[in-house]
Amino acid sequence: MSRPEDILPPDLHYNDTEAKKYTTSSRIQNIQVSMTHRALELLDLQNPSMILDVGCGSGLSGEILTSVEPSEGGPHIWVGMDISASMLDVALQRDVEGDLMLADIGQGVPFRAGSFDAAISISAIQWLCNADSSEVSPAGRLSRFFNGLYASLKRGGRAVCQFYPKNDQQRTMISGAAIKAGFGAGILEDDPGTKNSKIYLVLTVGGSAAEGNGGDITGVVKGMEYVNVLDARRKHREKGRDFKKGSKAWIISKKEQMERKGKVVKHNSKYTGRKRHIAF
Amino acid sequence: MKLLTLNFLTCAVKSCKSTSASFPLHPKDCELVSDTLKSDPKLLFNILPRLDWSALSTTASELGFPGLPPSAPTKEELEANEKLFHDLHTLLLETHISEGSLVCANCGHSYKIKEGIANFLLPNHLV
Repeated sequence: MSRPEDILPPDLHYNDTEAKKYTTSSRIQNIQVSMTHRALELLDLQNPSMILDVGCGSGLSGEILTSVEPSEGGPHIWVGMDISASMLDVALQRDVEGDLMLADIGQGVPFRAGSFDAAISISAIQWLCNADSSEVSPAGRLSRFFNGLYASLKRGGRAVCQFYPKNDQQRTMISGAAIKAGFGAGILEDDPGTKNSKIYLVLTVGGSAAEGNGGDITGVVKGMEYVNVLDARRKHREKGRDFKKGSKAWIISKKEQMERKGKVVKHNSKYTGRKRHIAF
Repeated sequence: MKLLTLNFLTCAVKSCKSTSASFPLHPKDCELVSDTLKSDPKLLFNILPRLDWSALSTTASELGFPGLPPSAPTKEELEANEKLFHDLHTLLLETHISEGSLVCANCGHSYKIKEGIANFLLPNHLV
């Protein structure tokens, strides 16, 4: 399938016809609805909250935020940002509840610190990986976005961004930028390895003590069914030497270390690490 | 755009990030519309501690609304005072700015609002 990110910048790609097509396609609507519900499940909001919808488009995801039942902690109010004027025009015609803003998320998030309880973003942030002019770089746009988002969320707040990375490199670039901004980050992948695979970047701002595990990102999916946690983080290694300095084992480990660095190292033999006794 | 949102918006220009004058943005030549929305005490109590009350007072007086109490009410006061709760709900969630502009007091940049949508796109040299 072709990727619209590779063809045109978002404000030009989503013109009037494209925006209408996007919003009226029942296939896209169904996918958006299910992804928004999944994101809401990850956000785990207990009270009616103030939510930032990043790349809200025509308000497909926003409508769901408005329609959350009071028994499930809703209805939420939301503010949507999008760069495509045509998409926002469709949102106006559909008469969505939330506030809309025409803004480029790669230019930052213009809200004061601690404004929002949560943020949601459906199929938007992969657009940040493309720079449309030589004055901006994808890394710069990503870092401005994540820094702005980090500041505008309250402590203990969460953000869930569903995105379509082109390759593993984009995936690491996006999650790396989020971690650099200060978020606790994890990636949830639904239906991995299939055509319908969906990737959610789950971000937390500061850990709340209520979660009981020091605000670790894996706490977000605690209690959710069918979720396997794969922790690729390196465990902190015990400090201190394994071998006594000067022993044969120590010498061999040092030699291996030097060999890994690409230095020329003498072979190990039965004489390695032995004392040179005086022969007579 | 709801007045509640205005209470959170700051100037997007890079050089304004470090100054306090960039918040709140000042509404200019604004047309207001009011909408009816079911009041939700839980939502208002959730947002209440995060409101910048002095900014809200400034905005309200600039738009010509009757004076707000000098300091932010607590949750208990709001529960007891039905009229205050109702007024606050009307002001924050039911009043929308439909046309006009928002001006930053620091750099003077003006963000246009059309049909309730504020335009926060900036030229590259201001980012």
